[in-house]
Amino acid sequence: MKQTFNLPTRADNTTKKTAYINARILDPETGLDIQGQLLTIGNKIADFGEKIFDGKISEEIEIIDCKGHLLTPGLLDIQVHFREPGQEYKETIETGTRSAAAGGVTSVVCMPNTKPVIDEVAVVEFLNQRARKTGFINVYSYGAISKGMKGEALTEMGLLKEAGVVGFTDDGLPVMNALLMRRALAYARELDMVVAQHAEDLNLSAGGCMNEGEVSARLGLAGIPNASEAVIVERDIILAELTGGKYHVLHISTAEAVDAVRRAKKKGLRVTAEAAPHHFCLNDEAIGEYRTFCKMNPPLRAEKDRIAIIEGLKDGTIDAIATDHAPHDEESKRVPMSQAAFGIVGLETMLPLSLELYHNKTMNLRDLFAAMTYKPADIINIPAGRIKKGAIADLTLIDLDVEWEIQPDDFMSKSHNSPFDNWKTRGRAIMTVVGGDVVYRCE
Amino acid sequence: MPKTTIKTSRAYEHLLGIENLSVENITAILDLAEGYIEKNRQVDKKHVILKGRTLINLFFENSTRTRMSFELAGKRLGADVINMSVASSSVKKGETLIDTAMTINAMHPDFIVVRHPESGAVHLLSHKVNCAVINAGDGSHEHPTQALLDALTIRRKKGRIAGLKVAICGDIIHSRVARSNILLLKKMGAEVNIVAPATLMPPRPEKLGAKVFYNMREAIKDCDIIMMLRIQMERMESNFIPSVREYFHFYGLDESKLSLAKPDALIMHPGPINRGVEIDTRLADDLNRSVILEQVEMGVAVRQAVLEILSKKL
Repeated sequence: MKQTFNLPTRADNTTKKTAYINARILDPETGLDIQGQLLTIGNKIADFGEKIFDGKISEEIEIIDCKGHLLTPGLLDIQVHFREPGQEYKETIETGTRSAAAGGVTSVVCMPNTKPVIDEVAVVEFLNQRARKTGFINVYSYGAISKGMKGEALTEMGLLKEAGVVGFTDDGLPVMNALLMRRALAYARELDMVVAQHAEDLNLSAGGCMNEGEVSARLGLAGIPNASEAVIVERDIILAELTGGKYHVLHISTAEAVDAVRRAKKKGLRVTAEAAPHHFCLNDEAIGEYRTFCKMNPPLRAEKDRIAIIEGLKDGTIDAIATDHAPHDEESKRVPMSQAAFGIVGLETMLPLSLELYHNKTMNLRDLFAAMTYKPADIINIPAGRIKKGAIADLTLIDLDVEWEIQPDDFMSKSHNSPFDNWKTRGRAIMTVVGGDVVYRCE
Repeated sequence: MPKTTIKTSRAYEHLLGIENLSVENITAILDLAEGYIEKNRQVDKKHVILKGRTLINLFFENSTRTRMSFELAGKRLGADVINMSVASSSVKKGETLIDTAMTINAMHPDFIVVRHPESGAVHLLSHKVNCAVINAGDGSHEHPTQALLDALTIRRKKGRIAGLKVAICGDIIHSRVARSNILLLKKMGAEVNIVAPATLMPPRPEKLGAKVFYNMREAIKDCDIIMMLRIQMERMESNFIPSVREYFHFYGLDESKLSLAKPDALIMHPGPINRGVEIDTRLADDLNRSVILEQVEMGVAVRQAVLEILSKKL
């Protein structure tokens, strides 16, 4: 398997033309699913259809033969940690976006728990500049809700929006103060920005390191109960109703929280949720004998919760799949369970793990890809995740059936903390296109 | 011990808010105030209309302009004026509002002018005294003489109130000035826009009778009057807004935002102003646009008119 990477040109004035022929084109929003051709001019999608070229394609157009593979809108992952600035030994924008490109992901949203925290315009501008220089794909970021993510004082949300953040969250330090959360939701409402919450009542979690249940009882580890997530989600939904604000549940993990989101949607509230592949692929049994690579927050839950996540994805309660890509060096994981860092890398496994839901006939392709394209784009309100004329040409070419084994040591990410080593999977990205430029190719 | 209550023996009229005033009441006050403006510019400003009357300024909250304005209004009409500030009174020793009211009442004042940090406190006090009570601002509720002096300023500058488009901008949820002004301007036939960050807007703001905006530029578009409200620094500390810088960027009145209003739009502010927080310092000083000092002048005349009208009911 030969992988090649190219930085995108990011030029919007080129007239470079590329024809993607023999493609199975899927646009989850419209439901379009055809064998056809697609033309990009410059950084935009110019045309697509079953047959848009009559006879011979002119020589000025570069031709890419998709060989019948699936061409989708570029995938989004709206929760990643690229550790830059501050912990570049774990990941950088350069290695993180390389990892994303290899996973078929064309847009990511960085969490604000960098050092310094993304709570000031200057940090956002630094990230934007680094992303332009070193990023293989589009890099967006959340701004913090509170200064220093300390849960005390609101950040300059309006100015952060103008600098380019796509939403607000205090990431792993949930907003425990309900009044601050109310203010954030109300203030962000008028900015038309989402407030995203890592839903965890820190008092209930009480320093737990895995799911509270049979397994934690057996292993003698401190547990994080489902209630820890559910009480915050329920509280926040009440506040979303009070304020009319836009609320998003990050990496939802419990049946109770999924149920709360389902009820909120039925009520017509502006509430969305995302789930991480590990929460629908694994349960807490995977921890086995204290595998720290299975430690993340929220933790792997019980089987009934895993099933509830899949049900939520199927019925649309869960809008998006997002990885919570959390690179950690080995030293952060080669310690006792309670001391190990939370989190696993996910960008290079999101697509194959999600495709399991298709291969085992749980979900159809359209619904599955909706959760990785236009739906996450809509949560953060960016014009991405769609194949339509005039849209930015971010595309992913996918071989749905290629069988391969996940080998974390081969990841492009700087860190290899994944519990999915030696997993046999089907399907992967074979080409990633950002703004009309091929940034990744796998042969 | 039997509960002591004071029976009001005469039909006292108070000025507790704009809410209970009719268009005729408002017009009468403004018409009468017009006459005082010129007289206040003369060397001899003294009248005898309130000779022998006593006015007590009872201020439970700091104030400079309103207290002085009432003091001048009373003195120029010939009344004896006493200022009682809470800092040096028995209230500091734990006296209740009602006890303070009854104590003052026992001294037979004719007017009590009250400012209090709690909404409704002036109403409560008015039930316990037998003299005229004037609300000089109660909590976030009403500040009727401010709205009246604003109306007088507008009427003199624009020749009318009806049909004008007025934007009231800033800390709506906490502002008694906003509430009184919305009530008065709507009664007088003006169109009123209110604008604030969502955190500084009261619940169901449309029920106040104004058009609700969250974007300053949209709110002041084509307006004749831009009424800025003071933003208290403690709003930052309690997370209503993130920072002065951000507030000014989105809600502060500057040239760029003002250019969307009518070319002859007037800038008003109840004072004291926070330069560079809710208003650009040059705009505040621009005598062609800002009528902030004129509002202060109108304040004395309006309060004289209010005292005169109330004195006729005593």
